[in-house]
Amino acid sequence: MNKFESELERGNFVTSECSNCKEIVWPPSDFCSKCLGNVKWRDVLKNGKLLEFSIKDGKIFGIAEFENKIRVISTLKSSEIGEPKIGQDLILENCGFKDGNYSFTSILAL
Amino acid sequence: MRRQVAIVGYGGTKFSRDETQIDSELLSATKSLFDNSPNLTQRDIEAVLVSTNNDSKYLSTILSERCGISPKISHQVENLCNSGTSAIVSAYAYIVSGLADVVLVAGADKHDEGIRKVIEWDCYRGEYKHPIFWASFFTRAYKRKYGTTDEDLAIVSAKNHRNAQDNPNAYSKKAYSIEEIMKSKRITDDLRILDCSRSCTGASAILLASEDVARKFTEEPVWIKGIGQKTGPSQFTKFNDYSSMSTSKEAGQNAFKMAKMDPHDVDVSEIHDAFTVCELMAIEDLGLVSKGNGAKFVKTLYDTDDRKINPRGGVIGAGHVFGATGIAQVIEIAEQLQGKAKKRQVKNAQVGLVHNMSAAATSSNVMVLQS
Repeated sequence: MNKFESELERGNFVTSECSNCKEIVWPPSDFCSKCLGNVKWRDVLKNGKLLEFSIKDGKIFGIAEFENKIRVISTLKSSEIGEPKIGQDLILENCGFKDGNYSFTSILAL
Repeated sequence: MRRQVAIVGYGGTKFSRDETQIDSELLSATKSLFDNSPNLTQRDIEAVLVSTNNDSKYLSTILSERCGISPKISHQVENLCNSGTSAIVSAYAYIVSGLADVVLVAGADKHDEGIRKVIEWDCYRGEYKHPIFWASFFTRAYKRKYGTTDEDLAIVSAKNHRNAQDNPNAYSKKAYSIEEIMKSKRITDDLRILDCSRSCTGASAILLASEDVARKFTEEPVWIKGIGQKTGPSQFTKFNDYSSMSTSKEAGQNAFKMAKMDPHDVDVSEIHDAFTVCELMAIEDLGLVSKGNGAKFVKTLYDTDDRKINPRGGVIGAGHVFGATGIAQVIEIAEQLQGKAKKRQVKNAQVGLVHNMSAAATSSNVMVLQS
């Protein structure tokens, strides 16, 4: 289990960030993909936006982007009736790591 | 001047859902290639490449031994769904460099094994790792941008299933009406089961040779005139636009540039239709039709039984064998350019194109072939 996964297992969504050039390194890695500098780990800001979505058996899921760079596929919850909108704001509600699988759930902002 | 490389022989097995062992599939496809190539002996082959996503090790050495080949070079190539054309490109490079004159490329996989690997990879897709999820995003984005309908997508599937009826190695032996496809089982709100290709078991084998020796094996060599490849991020979520496949676009441009041709020169194409929307996106990104006009173009092909796009039935009709699909695509275009495609034959085909991509088009290979 790597650092990302051990944090995810505890419910923490983290990313690597270059100590040298401050680039967000996503997907997480041991070195910066831009300058190959060393990285440090930090929490990801939980406010994001929706880039695309689909629906399976009534369950909405979509591509969520955080900090204009970090993208994951997230289950989406909404108190609104109807389909989400592209670009809609969302907030990461929880994340996890179980049996080798990552999971992300976000709430669509009204 | 660069040495020319030709396709001079081929063979393959029927794509199926059988549980045949991968080494048996590879052997059967290679035996079929030898049966089709009366002037070929084992001693002619200097390199053996195997393309596969299977976990079995050292398959190129095992295949060589079982076929009585003693190659100078042998190894395995894996690159998910475009493993087959990736291996052909490696074979091409061996020949152009002079390291080998004759190279055998054999590709195989067992059904669903490749899919299991996809599920182990790109974990940031969370619980949505299966290819149906990226295809759902692509379909929704494409329909939103171009006003494409469910019927437009169903026509792609109807055409390719119909074309597959004349391909003896195709998995699908049933043609479907547009209505049947539109009423098939819903997978997501954006996809139905007949919009999807199916993972199969099978193998394909192809023989490449330098211009110096090509005519020893065939009187009708098919020349590889252009190769274009582009690798993007491993995560499709990083794309700027989910309605377009940028790696396919760039690979196509590179292939046409190398061939000193343009899309108007192409008479027949094999397109990687992993899902119906992929065929529409690819023919547009490759420049075979202008953006947003893919559906109209495919409808005309369907209405007139014109087979210039996916004559063997595409991946949807023929089935998808990760390690073999790219090779089977190249074989189809070779047969077309030799005028040997029987009921599938596109009249007067002189130039053909192969588009083979991996994992939501995060990497693409395009080849331009000429008779």
